[in-house]
Amino acid sequence: MSDSASAEDNTGVDEKSRRDFLYVSTAAVGAVGAGIAVWPFIHQMNPAADTLALSTTEVNLEPIEEGQSITVVWRGKPVFVRYRTAEEIALAAKEDSAGDLIDPEKDAARVQKAQWLIMVGICTHLGCIPLGQKASEPKGEYGGWFCPCHGSHYDTSGRIRKGPAPKNLVIPTYSFLSDTSVKIG
Amino acid sequence: MSRQFKNPILNWVEYRLPIISFIDDSVGSGYPTPKNLNYWWNFGSLAGIVLVIMLVSGIVLAMHYTANVDYAFNSIERIMRDVNYGWLIRYIHMNGGSMFFIVVYIHLFRGMYYGSYKAPRELLWMIGVIILLAMMATAFMGYVLPWGQMSFWGATVITNLFSAIPIVGDSIVTLLWGGFSVDNPTLNRFFALHYLLPFVIVGLVIIHLWALHEHKSNNPLGVDIKGEQDLIPFHPYYTIKDLYGISAFLMFFMFFVFFAPNFFGEPDNYIPADPMVTPPHIVPEWYFLPYYAILRAFTGDFIVYQVISLGGLLMSAKLAGVLAMFASILLLLFLPWLDGSKVRSSKFRPYYAMAFWVFFIDSLVLGYIGGKPAEGAFIVIGQIATAYYFAHLLVIIPILSRLERPKPIPESISAAVTAAHASKAAE
Repeated sequence: MSDSASAEDNTGVDEKSRRDFLYVSTAAVGAVGAGIAVWPFIHQMNPAADTLALSTTEVNLEPIEEGQSITVVWRGKPVFVRYRTAEEIALAAKEDSAGDLIDPEKDAARVQKAQWLIMVGICTHLGCIPLGQKASEPKGEYGGWFCPCHGSHYDTSGRIRKGPAPKNLVIPTYSFLSDTSVKIG
Repeated sequence: MSRQFKNPILNWVEYRLPIISFIDDSVGSGYPTPKNLNYWWNFGSLAGIVLVIMLVSGIVLAMHYTANVDYAFNSIERIMRDVNYGWLIRYIHMNGGSMFFIVVYIHLFRGMYYGSYKAPRELLWMIGVIILLAMMATAFMGYVLPWGQMSFWGATVITNLFSAIPIVGDSIVTLLWGGFSVDNPTLNRFFALHYLLPFVIVGLVIIHLWALHEHKSNNPLGVDIKGEQDLIPFHPYYTIKDLYGISAFLMFFMFFVFFAPNFFGEPDNYIPADPMVTPPHIVPEWYFLPYYAILRAFTGDFIVYQVISLGGLLMSAKLAGVLAMFASILLLLFLPWLDGSKVRSSKFRPYYAMAFWVFFIDSLVLGYIGGKPAEGAFIVIGQIATAYYFAHLLVIIPILSRLERPKPIPESISAAVTAAHASKAAE
């Protein structure tokens, strides 16, 4: 009786570690499996293929005159395309080192061609569309754009100068197809 | 558990499924209730009734609504003009949202005034706070469905709050939208969730009632139930009182439905959504205004922001505003421990009562500021009111509750009632 008990004890030690291994590996496989099963249910919320397919927009620049802005739609968002005047370009360059830049950035780094300022027309605070595209609209204290929702002021380079927005207006990826045509996205 | 009835059919059912005694023990003569509850205790049952009204009117509206950016606005107009009684059902649902928040906010302040959140009702209170959060999510998504200008821009501003989260913020926003802006996928999922969440709220309410029934209702005196002499059966005493309250409340509710159906709404939401034009003044629904004021109070020069972000190093003002807005509700979860006083009711805590009323007025001020444009004096008042909101919860209540010497509390509910009668007889 005692012999068989000690024999069981001996195998019991082996059994225990073997079982521990089985428990841990089963639980690990189960956890990974559950994670893999959950992912499709999360990822289905991300943009679908047809939404992603609409991700570039071509703009003809020919009809835009100096000092004029147009708004085009790219991925359901407004994109501001502004043909800047010489004064605006000079002002933007002059203020590269201004002390009140909240998100310091050189004007030259924000454009590919100095006269064409192309940026996503969405306030970086909470997503409203800033005013200043039309001549009749307020342009804010820095002559660029003004967001009416929470009072953010952007300059002639689209940089945030005053108000709650933390970042400059975003520059989308774009490339000039020719002198008069640009592809956004 | 199982009981005997005169009616043999009831006995047959009760023997197999004791549902009759279960209902009677929950909301009938088998549920003992403190005998001194005042009218502020009506608002729990009122909230339950509004939930049912919202479910019924909402399910009916879903039979006529189309969740697609091209048809949503028009399908609402069709409900208003062509569907039989569609105008009535939609106005009930629209104003019902506002009524729900009025009733729940009174219910919440009732709990704060009479200390209903204290032991042993902490979980009851916390489940209530979670119900409030679920209600807010439901209301927000419901407001997006008509696809008017305020629907669209409200959705844009609120979903953009999540972009304040460092590193993963933008990915979360894209995930919520299902695209690169608020668009058709967003509308579809909001509709699905707006239909789902009310049933989640029903589940939470059942847990809320379960916790309530374990230790019974608190009462205006805030003293524990000592025995049978403190109690009366829920039915017929409180069923009839709740019905009376419901009648009065329905008159208030129906006044708005029939005579001022758009009183709580924004005219801009009768303009179809235009992703290319932001309305000049975006305001959320009135029940979100205090939180909106807290969100906007956090600007770079706000002293509270400067302190908590270590002079702007730790986080942006935008992130601080978002965190503060969520904290303003989540802090309520900890109220049972922030308040260290053993005495529940404000009747015996004169200084706490004063602090309570200042906090109540502060909440109203925040609501007023949230509806005003962020400029001039409104910014300063909003920042002071925001600072006070957090000071009340994090400084005033913890200290005051541990220093204040409460007035003597009555021995029991019935002792207080007999004493009041005795002193009246003596006069």
